[in-house]
Amino acid sequence: MLSRTAANLFWMGRHLERADTAARLLDVGQRITLMPNTEAGYQNEWNSLLQASGTADLFAEKYGDSTEENIQEFIFFDRDNPSSVAACLEKARESGRIVRTALTSQVWDALNMTYQELRKMERKQRSKLDAAALTDFTTASTSTVRGAINATQLRNDGWHFMNLGYGLERADATARLLDVKYYVLLPRIEFVGSGLDTYQWQVILRSLSAHRSYHWAYGGDITAGQVADFLILNGESPRSLLTSLYESVWNLEGLARRYGDAVPTSARDKARESLASLQSRDIDMIFDEGLHEFLSWFIGEIGAISTLVHEDYLLGGS
Amino acid sequence: MDYYNEMYSGDKVREPYARLSEWVETMPADFRQMKQAEAEELFRRIGITFAVYGEGGDPDRLIPFDMMPRVFDQTEWRKLERGIKQRARALNAFLRDVYGRGEIIRAGRIPARLVYQNEAYEKAVVGVVPPRGVYSHIIGIDLVRTGKDEFFVLEDNCRTPSGVSYMLENREIMMRMFPQLFRQNRIEPVDQYPELLRRTLESVAPPKCKDRPTCVILTPGHFNSAYYEHSFLANLMGVELVEGQDLFVDGEFVYMRTTQGPKRVDVIYRRIDDPFLDPLCFRTDSMLGVPGLMDVYRSGGVSICSAPGAGVADDKAIYTFVPEMIRFYLGEKPILNNVQTWTLWKDDDYKHVMANLPDLVVKEVHGSGGYGMLVGPKSTKEEIETFRKKVEANPSNYIAQPTLALSTTPTFVEEGIAPRHVDLRPYCLCGDRIELVPGGLTRVALKEGSLVVNSSQGGGVKDTWVLSE
Repeated sequence: MLSRTAANLFWMGRHLERADTAARLLDVGQRITLMPNTEAGYQNEWNSLLQASGTADLFAEKYGDSTEENIQEFIFFDRDNPSSVAACLEKARESGRIVRTALTSQVWDALNMTYQELRKMERKQRSKLDAAALTDFTTASTSTVRGAINATQLRNDGWHFMNLGYGLERADATARLLDVKYYVLLPRIEFVGSGLDTYQWQVILRSLSAHRSYHWAYGGDITAGQVADFLILNGESPRSLLTSLYESVWNLEGLARRYGDAVPTSARDKARESLASLQSRDIDMIFDEGLHEFLSWFIGEIGAISTLVHEDYLLGGS
Repeated sequence: MDYYNEMYSGDKVREPYARLSEWVETMPADFRQMKQAEAEELFRRIGITFAVYGEGGDPDRLIPFDMMPRVFDQTEWRKLERGIKQRARALNAFLRDVYGRGEIIRAGRIPARLVYQNEAYEKAVVGVVPPRGVYSHIIGIDLVRTGKDEFFVLEDNCRTPSGVSYMLENREIMMRMFPQLFRQNRIEPVDQYPELLRRTLESVAPPKCKDRPTCVILTPGHFNSAYYEHSFLANLMGVELVEGQDLFVDGEFVYMRTTQGPKRVDVIYRRIDDPFLDPLCFRTDSMLGVPGLMDVYRSGGVSICSAPGAGVADDKAIYTFVPEMIRFYLGEKPILNNVQTWTLWKDDDYKHVMANLPDLVVKEVHGSGGYGMLVGPKSTKEEIETFRKKVEANPSNYIAQPTLALSTTPTFVEEGIAPRHVDLRPYCLCGDRIELVPGGLTRVALKEGSLVVNSSQGGGVKDTWVLSE
């Protein structure tokens, strides 16, 4: 497979997952602003969310005021925001168009229809669109693409690259969303364990479509420890750090097996090591270590694996 | 002017169109609109779009698709087929000759200036004979019809003729929407084209290639207006679609960068023009090509299709000599005629053309896509006079042809069905054998009375049928 093809498949996966994350972020923001707030009003919370996604400066520069309309425009439609839903879907479709020979017609169809639908929404009056509709559109569209990939793509190296993109992006996104929760949303220690704390955890779960799954898995009350366990170490939870990393390792193993000894496996080796390190922890150890410190370590690991994927496969051995 | 309508012979519907005629007559209007919308939806979903240059607006534009097919019977097609293959053989013989001894020029049949000073003549490949002596592997020949048995060649395309994806997709969409038509009529298939193209490319593998050759399609990238076609063909042929950045030269060979390291490439079907192929040999600012590619080509490490320099055969000035080539190289009588052409660098022709501008079609020698031309009978006095000044300034840049009474075929229009002018581009493949799939791309001028079929000028496309016996 051409290195450029592999790179496009990898980034197609990443961008689709990133679009999904942006939509979920919008959803979290919406819900949190419906709460009686902590300190400086809802603007503060929005700002925290933007900070977590690394786009706060860009937003302040372009819009200034954090009105709901501005934020919705910025997170959903704005092409100047590289992490907006529209920008990510467009990039995913662009990657797909470049490597159409590597996609089945069903996958292309789903991807292209998503984009055409997006173009239609962009032409609509903004006041006629609510945030819930935008989030629903995004999660439904990305699921359709995902479904088409699962149902029709050959299980070959291209499949591994796509899923590697999905897996690494998802691991990164869940980690960042968790980080928002403890590092940004709840700035002072006395809020821990309060009603607000619990409510925010609920919002996080909901935004990951994991609200019900959580109850199936743990039952009873929502506690910080259990939610963190669910999103970090639970191998059944589809978006947990463990699951996402495990799937990434699985895809890297697939590539290593397929390509044999002639191709370097430094990404696979690194990912194995990170997974082992994650599995050696339990949730108490993570809280003792400090959630934020742990998440920073994890995000760093994902970045390192991503760089090694690039070096092993995407430069074409020259 | 009288135009030949391909559906009729006198007042009677011709046999090849008999069942189609019934189909149209019994079709309810709302059904037609529904199907038209369905067709457009299909084109957009598949992503068969093209870009119109310099107009802004939506970059993803559809070429209008007309659901009424154009039909040829076996007798008509056999004659076309023989004529097209004959022309393809002559064009390749000419290329072999002008990059070799230049016999046709020594014999005084073609002026040396038109060949050796032609912009498309590549001095860099003089004396290099590509595998099997084939320079142009895919030749698109544009044909028009003016009467029952009168076909004329309008131009030859020896470099990288586009549009074949429309031939295939038009058929695909017609079969999907109107399967009963294909049961009622016995229509020769065209879907073997990608397979034939792959075989053609493999048959011209370079001398240094000992195993089964690896073929690729080289595209300028996804911003190119024909990118859909490039990816479509790569997909159906099962070969990689590469950009210049994916290829590199190492020693005697060309390699592509893959996830498993470098992989050797033997045959490149390139969809980029000569000047961009190799910045070390041609345009130094080209980012689309592969540095060092021409050295590998010259030493037999890779085949390039069409071969660099093939463009000299399809120039509008060389065009007038193709019948001469057929007689000179093949010793045969041309089966398909050229359109009468006046070349404005000859005094007599110049005088004739300037005196008759309102009746003629005048084209730039290197123009394409329907740009930079004058259709005398369809132009205002001012337009003609403006064009006259351009011609006077540089006569040798122009040729002129009579305004042809282009045939019409029935076409769906707002009010129902009406005759519209059409042309035809079949795609001839040249490798170890010369192959032609029964069909081609029919372009139709959708505006009433218009004779310009180019998609950039409001033209559409139709499925083209060849009926089997």
